[in-house]
Amino acid sequence: MITVLAVHFSVAVLAPFLFRLWGRNAFYALAAVPAVSFGWLLFQHNPIYTGSGAVTEDIEWIPSLHLEFAFRMDALAWVMSLLVLGVGSLVLVYCARYFKRKDQDLGAFGAQLLAFAGAMFGLVAADDLLLLFIFWELTTVLSYLLIGFARTRLAARRSALQALMVTTAGGLAMLVGLIMLGATAGTYRISSILDQASALAAGTSGGVVSAAVVLILVGAITKSALVPFHFWLPGAMAAPTPVSAYLHAAAMVKAGIYLVARLAPGFSDTAYWQPVVLGLGLATMLVGGYRALRQSDIKLILAYGTVSQLGFLTMVVGLGTPDAALAGLAMLLAHGLFKATLFLVVGIIDHQSGTRDVRKLSGVFRSSRALGIVAGIGAASMAGVPLLAGFVAKESVLEAFVHHAADPHSGPWGMVVLVGLAVGSILTFAYSARFMWGAFAVKHGVDATPFKAVRPSFLAAPAILSILTVAYGLWPVPVDAWIQPYAALFASTAPDAGTPVEQAGHLALWHGFTPALGLTAVTFVLGLAMYFGRNAVARAQSLVPGWVDGDRAYQLTIGALDDAAVWITGRTQRGSLYFYLAVILSVAFVLPLAAILLGGNALPQDIYLVDPNSPLQLVAGVGIVIGALAAVKANKRFLAVLMVSVTGYGIALVFALQGAPDLALTQMLVETIILVAFVLAMRSLPPELRDRTGGKYRVVRVIIGAGFGVTMVFAAMFAMGARTAIPVSLQFPQLAYEGGGGLNVVNVTLVDIRAWDTFGEISVLALAATGVASLIFVRGRGERLQASASVAAGTVGRFHGVDPGSRDGAALAISRRFAAAARDPWIVAGRTLAPERRSIIFEVVTRLIFHSMIIFSLYLLLAGHNLPGGGFAGGLTAGLALTIRYLAGGRFELREAAPLSAGALLGIGLALAAASAVVPLLLGGQVFQSAIIQVWLPVFGDIKFVTSTIFDIGVYIVVVGLVLDVLRSLGAEIDEHLEERSLDAGQEPDQEEQRQDEEEQEPDGLPAETTAKGHA
Amino acid sequence: MSVNLTLLIVMGALYACGIYLILERSLTRVLLGLMLLANATNLLILATGGYAGLAPLFSKDTPAQDYNDPLPQALILTSIVISFAVTAFMLGIIYRTWLLARQDEIQDDVEDRRVAETPSFDAEDDAEVPVETSEFPLTMVGSDGRDVSDRGAPGADADQEAGRSVATVVAGGREMPAEHAAAEEMPGSLNIDPSPEGGGK
Repeated sequence: MITVLAVHFSVAVLAPFLFRLWGRNAFYALAAVPAVSFGWLLFQHNPIYTGSGAVTEDIEWIPSLHLEFAFRMDALAWVMSLLVLGVGSLVLVYCARYFKRKDQDLGAFGAQLLAFAGAMFGLVAADDLLLLFIFWELTTVLSYLLIGFARTRLAARRSALQALMVTTAGGLAMLVGLIMLGATAGTYRISSILDQASALAAGTSGGVVSAAVVLILVGAITKSALVPFHFWLPGAMAAPTPVSAYLHAAAMVKAGIYLVARLAPGFSDTAYWQPVVLGLGLATMLVGGYRALRQSDIKLILAYGTVSQLGFLTMVVGLGTPDAALAGLAMLLAHGLFKATLFLVVGIIDHQSGTRDVRKLSGVFRSSRALGIVAGIGAASMAGVPLLAGFVAKESVLEAFVHHAADPHSGPWGMVVLVGLAVGSILTFAYSARFMWGAFAVKHGVDATPFKAVRPSFLAAPAILSILTVAYGLWPVPVDAWIQPYAALFASTAPDAGTPVEQAGHLALWHGFTPALGLTAVTFVLGLAMYFGRNAVARAQSLVPGWVDGDRAYQLTIGALDDAAVWITGRTQRGSLYFYLAVILSVAFVLPLAAILLGGNALPQDIYLVDPNSPLQLVAGVGIVIGALAAVKANKRFLAVLMVSVTGYGIALVFALQGAPDLALTQMLVETIILVAFVLAMRSLPPELRDRTGGKYRVVRVIIGAGFGVTMVFAAMFAMGARTAIPVSLQFPQLAYEGGGGLNVVNVTLVDIRAWDTFGEISVLALAATGVASLIFVRGRGERLQASASVAAGTVGRFHGVDPGSRDGAALAISRRFAAAARDPWIVAGRTLAPERRSIIFEVVTRLIFHSMIIFSLYLLLAGHNLPGGGFAGGLTAGLALTIRYLAGGRFELREAAPLSAGALLGIGLALAAASAVVPLLLGGQVFQSAIIQVWLPVFGDIKFVTSTIFDIGVYIVVVGLVLDVLRSLGAEIDEHLEERSLDAGQEPDQEEQRQDEEEQEPDGLPAETTAKGHA
Repeated sequence: MSVNLTLLIVMGALYACGIYLILERSLTRVLLGLMLLANATNLLILATGGYAGLAPLFSKDTPAQDYNDPLPQALILTSIVISFAVTAFMLGIIYRTWLLARQDEIQDDVEDRRVAETPSFDAEDDAEVPVETSEFPLTMVGSDGRDVSDRGAPGADADQEAGRSVATVVAGGREMPAEHAAAEEMPGSLNIDPSPEGGGK
């Protein structure tokens, strides 16, 4: 069985290539797959029917989830497989002539159809509930693709989606039911669940099992298009006709029937089974039959006929008696044969004449008698005319239901069902006749439909099916033998019940004069009457107001769902970040606050306002709060930034007072660099900072802010009060000295004890630096900045467009005269800066302190292991030195000061840190293990070198890279943007003024010619 | 465990101001709010270290309790530098927003508003489907058994036919006139007016 499946799916994968090679004839190659499988199936007959009753195959799949490829071929699966593989093969043969040579997408279509046959075979052969579900959904998805074959047509798209939605919804309900059933039974093996079914249903879990069975039935009902989900099947007629013939007559819609038949031996006695199966089945049969009579499209007549027959089949298969089981499978086979025949005939008519409309078709029988005979056999079988399969099966069905009605247990409902069945059969007869009349008859007042001759290869598939219908009707003995083992599953074991075969009866052409035969006769008479009185019937039907249309109800449901989704989305996803944040933050403080208030815990004992070790904290705290409030109130951009800096410096003070010199140092450095970065980034933004969220929003903001702050205070108090364990950090000083070889516990913690943490952090720094650079430069990292030597002196950052006659202009002229310097020994790029941009004092100060700062930063880096400092502080100090260079000498100065690319620095730093992690590993140690090396050097004396310093050097370099990226991006690149813009602004407004400007400026300014570096 | 109320109150004030600021539309204020939140969080971590103490520089004679707790300090040090990186990144974002849109404000998402105004009619779901009674509407046969178009006699307007055959599309396994295809190809998004911002693509 697994081989059969594998061959189906792998040939399906290859199908597109076959179609490229052979065109539409590749369908014949595809048809060979189910055909050969059909032959294999015939060879399985003996093992199944003479041996243990089933052939099984298992392969473990995911043992931890109890999923396995478990297959079991018993009588029911075998009969279903006959239908699935046999009809599948014939439909594929038919496709080879149905489609035209130039049709597109046939490869995908053939692949889907073949894969569908495989999935359907897997579905009937699966012996695992979950495996069955997988194949079930596979058929759903493939049917979606097949129905939607004509992708450009709205009808195809919509009905494909509709079928998918309905069957998937049912499939989900079914999945829940399957899991409930499997969990209750403790196994997902279908065969073992059925073995213990009566114990399950009767035991304490009976209620769960009944509910599970109902959920599974929902899946079957949606798949088999029973009321109230029947509407998708006529819609699915938008599919190409071979698809309709296979999926909607022989295979997919039978999946639901199969599931009912599979579960019936075990669960037909559960509480809701009979009402659901018989009630919905009967309703479907009547609704389908009634509506089939109203259709004018012959394909739709068949579609509604299929709906009707599916209801009929569900009833029979689900009744749960041996004779009904026999009759049910007999009917299933007969229906597969005649309905597939009829659909294929419809396809031929449509193909040859270009219409399926009853009102346009006329005289088709005269054009093609063979087609008419094939169709006539099918329709007669559908109507239940003697000597054909349909008659044999239907006789047995009526027999079973006559028994059921006579059985005192079934009460009055048995009779109702029987009468309903008879009415349904009358309708069936009537629409079968209507189909034949509509498709083939000569109609008065309608021109004979032009009809191309039918090629024998086209007609072959339906002809074979109709021959089988006749053979089955004339000689039902083999079919009877195939089904008996299944029917025996229902046999009562009571002593007076007789053998299973006696209980089930036999399929036969002639049972004698029985009540069933009488019913058949009545059916024929009334059916004929309805056919001949078809005009009267049509008039009567047109008087009946429209039914509650399932299709309409579906559309309304989906529409309401859409509207609800839009409504909810519109109310919750308003697109306002303020709204989202307000909701999130409100929840974030209301929940903990409520927990604190409701918890009723006492506040911790040891609360103090003034720390006896550092009372000054209170003063610093007041300063911080004032700074924060001022930052909130500030309406100038830089004032707000400055106020936030005040809080930052205040916190540095608190750190210092608390006994954390490293933190204080780092915080001071960071605050300073951030301040510079802010000024650099925001110089082009307007100075005012308007508060646009006013009014009631402000009140909400105040409430959320205050609530959040208060909650944090209390949450922190309770959290700290709840702490009982001894802090792990009490060990740190000892660890740091002995293990890390350093006196500065914080630094050793960073580079040794928690080195992984720090490594993660410097990676984030590298990322953020790259992010900043890419935001400003968009591409590249600004390496293209030229060396200062190639830049003309005094050209960088010139003021443009200043009126020379004004005060500003005079000041500019003076500054240009004085600050011009052609030579410049040290701040090399200072020469490139426009004179009006230069500050002599700043340049001098820079000259004085730059080297000192760099040396100091190295000192911090190396001494950090024992004294306050370390890689972060050192790197920030070096960065600050670079910042000062940049501010004094402009962007070319920055390049001279740090010719390396920031990206390279980041990379080197990360690599160094990573090396300090990996090298110990190579030397047989652990990741980030450090070693202490003591050497004596002539001048320095004893030197204790700890290898974790290498990691710290990596940190240092990454931090320098980060600062450099910030300066290059927010500083140098924005400089350039601003200069370009001011140049544009100065030139565009008035050309004439510009020219005048140039004349005026030229003598004052420096000659704008390139000077070589050697000149400087 | 001791609780330093001074630190916690300052922390609470910083949180309150920070939250107030990030609920603002101005990106600059949001960034400042984030910085205040970072500072507040640093204070919170610091407060978990307990009483102020000696700087954690090891000396043999000092018992471990006398130092200020070094673990929160290490965490804060990390946090300070990360906040710097994040601030720089945000500054980059602010500058870029300003450069591109001349906006220092968080705009409402227009696309979200448009979704909220989606009409309940969707052509894909609700349009009337034409009744089709054939998959082969264009292939009819004349009395002579040859294919004819249902638009007229063969050859009568061959030029027109040729012209029309150019304007056909092949889709769904069938060749069909482009106008038919276009009529059926009505994606639901056509129902939504394109916004002036040109979003929704």
